[in-house]
Amino acid sequence: MNLTFSPEEQAFREEVRRFIAHALPSDISERVRLGRHLSADDHLRWQNILSEQGWLASNWPKEHGGPGWGPVQRHIFDEECAAARAPTVVPFGVNMVAPVIMKFGSTEQQQHYLPRILSNQDWWCQGYSEPGAGSDLAGLNTRAVRDGDHYIVNGQKTWTTLGQHANMLFCLVRTDPDAKKQAGISFLLIDMQTPGITVRPIITLDGAHEVNEIFLDNVRVPIENRVGEEGQGWTCAKFLLTHERTGIAGLGHAKQALRHLKSLANRIHHRGKPLLALPSFRQRVVKAELELMALEVTNLRVIAAARDGGAPGAESSLLKVRGSELRQELSELTRRALGPAALPFFPEFLHGDESLDDAYTQSAAASAQYLNRRKLSIYGGSNEIQKSIVAKTILEM
Amino acid sequence: MDFALTDEQRMLEETLTRLVTDQVSPEQRRSMLSSASAESSALWNTFAELGLLHMPFSENVGGLGADGTDLMIIMQALGRGLVPEAYLAGLVLPGQLLALTANGEQQKRWLTPLLEGEHQLALAWQEHDARYDAFDVSTHAIQRDGQWHLNGRKDVVLNLAAAAATLVIARLNSGKLALFVVPQNSTGTSSHLYFTMDDQPAGDLTLDNVTLPPENCLSEDVSDALADVLALGRAALCAQAIGAMEEACDQTLAYLKERKQFGLPLSSFQALQHRMVDMHLHLEQSRSMAILAATSLTLPASERDYKIAAAKAYCGESARFIAEQAIQLHGGMGMTEECYVAHYAKHLVMFDHYLGDSDYHLETVSDLLDVA
Repeated sequence: MNLTFSPEEQAFREEVRRFIAHALPSDISERVRLGRHLSADDHLRWQNILSEQGWLASNWPKEHGGPGWGPVQRHIFDEECAAARAPTVVPFGVNMVAPVIMKFGSTEQQQHYLPRILSNQDWWCQGYSEPGAGSDLAGLNTRAVRDGDHYIVNGQKTWTTLGQHANMLFCLVRTDPDAKKQAGISFLLIDMQTPGITVRPIITLDGAHEVNEIFLDNVRVPIENRVGEEGQGWTCAKFLLTHERTGIAGLGHAKQALRHLKSLANRIHHRGKPLLALPSFRQRVVKAELELMALEVTNLRVIAAARDGGAPGAESSLLKVRGSELRQELSELTRRALGPAALPFFPEFLHGDESLDDAYTQSAAASAQYLNRRKLSIYGGSNEIQKSIVAKTILEM
Repeated sequence: MDFALTDEQRMLEETLTRLVTDQVSPEQRRSMLSSASAESSALWNTFAELGLLHMPFSENVGGLGADGTDLMIIMQALGRGLVPEAYLAGLVLPGQLLALTANGEQQKRWLTPLLEGEHQLALAWQEHDARYDAFDVSTHAIQRDGQWHLNGRKDVVLNLAAAAATLVIARLNSGKLALFVVPQNSTGTSSHLYFTMDDQPAGDLTLDNVTLPPENCLSEDVSDALADVLALGRAALCAQAIGAMEEACDQTLAYLKERKQFGLPLSSFQALQHRMVDMHLHLEQSRSMAILAATSLTLPASERDYKIAAAKAYCGESARFIAEQAIQLHGGMGMTEECYVAHYAKHLVMFDHYLGDSDYHLETVSDLLDVA
């Protein structure tokens, strides 16, 4: 057994690192470093840079315009992006709807949508959850009724991340109310400009506008915007939720957060000594360090299995549970490290353009980020749901 | 041994519960926060009418002589309603410090109007480089030509904007800590005002050669009085957190019973039942610690500080556990500004950052472990 990366992989890491160091705009990485919110323009600037380099669609095969990387390279790329404080690529187009279109979409759909995703022409958002269908996603009620060569869609979607910037929505709708729960669902691609669509912001407890509700009121969607057959939507959704989720642990982010925490806890003093020397605090940092070590190797095991042709299944649930818990713990320790300085809340600095004295900027985001990270164990299938998947699939309980 | 409340205490509890239910609904709280001003709010006036502003002070300064249990009842009710009034920061803490240090004239000028609801005060004890150590003070005071001159900076002073004056701890050349009363807008003061993450009005106060007459010095050796007041404040904060924990648990339990997924109420899933039980256990253990703290206030200082540090550390960890689980069990809803439990969660998380967090207090317990 050998845990080191091959010389080619190490050279690849160097290449990625050099490119990001040169290409990532410093104002954007500075905003990420301070935990300030990114504008649509910040995201697009970085994604256009990646697109020109041919690295935006890191999980796409070459035939569709991707770099054709394997799971190991993707892992290295993600780590380097997080370490350099690059914005996370908005996943809804490139990582979520694109694989579904590649797998289930028609040639016309592939030819129309994939190039537009690759060039950042379309900003996609996700219409999955509903007020009554969260963990029980298949319980969704949004109805699509055939009317000639259109569907008329009525219903409400929620938790739509960055939907305020999107011009396209991929959406699970119920086309057959009489079929068994999962069997009556179809997968539609909806232009957000269509009359009848209203986007309403949801403000989260950190004061941010990240998620939205989407109301669909007699929205006419052409039949050709359905991906796959009618009633095949659940298959598409499940494929999307299990597809190549080797990056789900957020390892690069966790590593970056731990580096930041250690440097912070060395700079901050408590009774004349670095905070990191305080036994109760140090012990929690050490525990996080061990958890990260274990998670990294577990993640590499899953990646290696994927590289060798195994499809990661419920293993990604394990990665998600531990990865989200670790990142939450790190955000907790970062907030604690700041002590009283974690109390002031400066929403106009974090979410807007307001400037702030240097004394405040370094600590401004810690509490907001701690609160924001609570979502990690809720979204994309809560940790409770992930554990049920593991119990059922891996342990056959 | 007796954990029962007296008849008076039960009445106090009922009155406060009714007051909070009637006057601090989520909507009322929101509008109170958005219309925060220096003028007394209607609620503060009600506090005055009910005698709550006199209650925590001893009879010899014109108070009603409430004990730790009475204060616990009050703070718990305020925590339960997330009441946005600076009862502790603007009344109890600065008022107790005045009661312990001020002479008759000074009491008449600053303490009496406080108890009468005519003004509020603030207490500036925290400094940037001192973390949670109230006795690590760099703010400096020197007397020249009969006047005092203060220089330094105080961080996260709660109720700073609404206070008629702020009590400031400063170090003298002798090395002792002194206490000054610095009226609002004194020449040489500047404030950076903000709200804390849990919606409390606060600010950082800079003192740049602030000149004060001799009568504004309340004490030239305030350390023991400060320790007394911090102990009281920590016990009171624990009680307040218990109120917020109760409410967070109640709201979460109600949500689990009401919310259905997979055709069943969430409360029927065993994994969630056990989590709810864990929350309840954290609450009850913390309640015991808060009672311990409230009844330790009259003990000798070292024993008192040991028990109160233990309670504050314990409640700090429990508060966070309950906050995090309340959000998690509410799912996405728990992440939203609109969901009231999220505000309790914010308060319960930030609770640990007031008057020393659990690491800080664990260190105290650990230092005293062998002698206790």
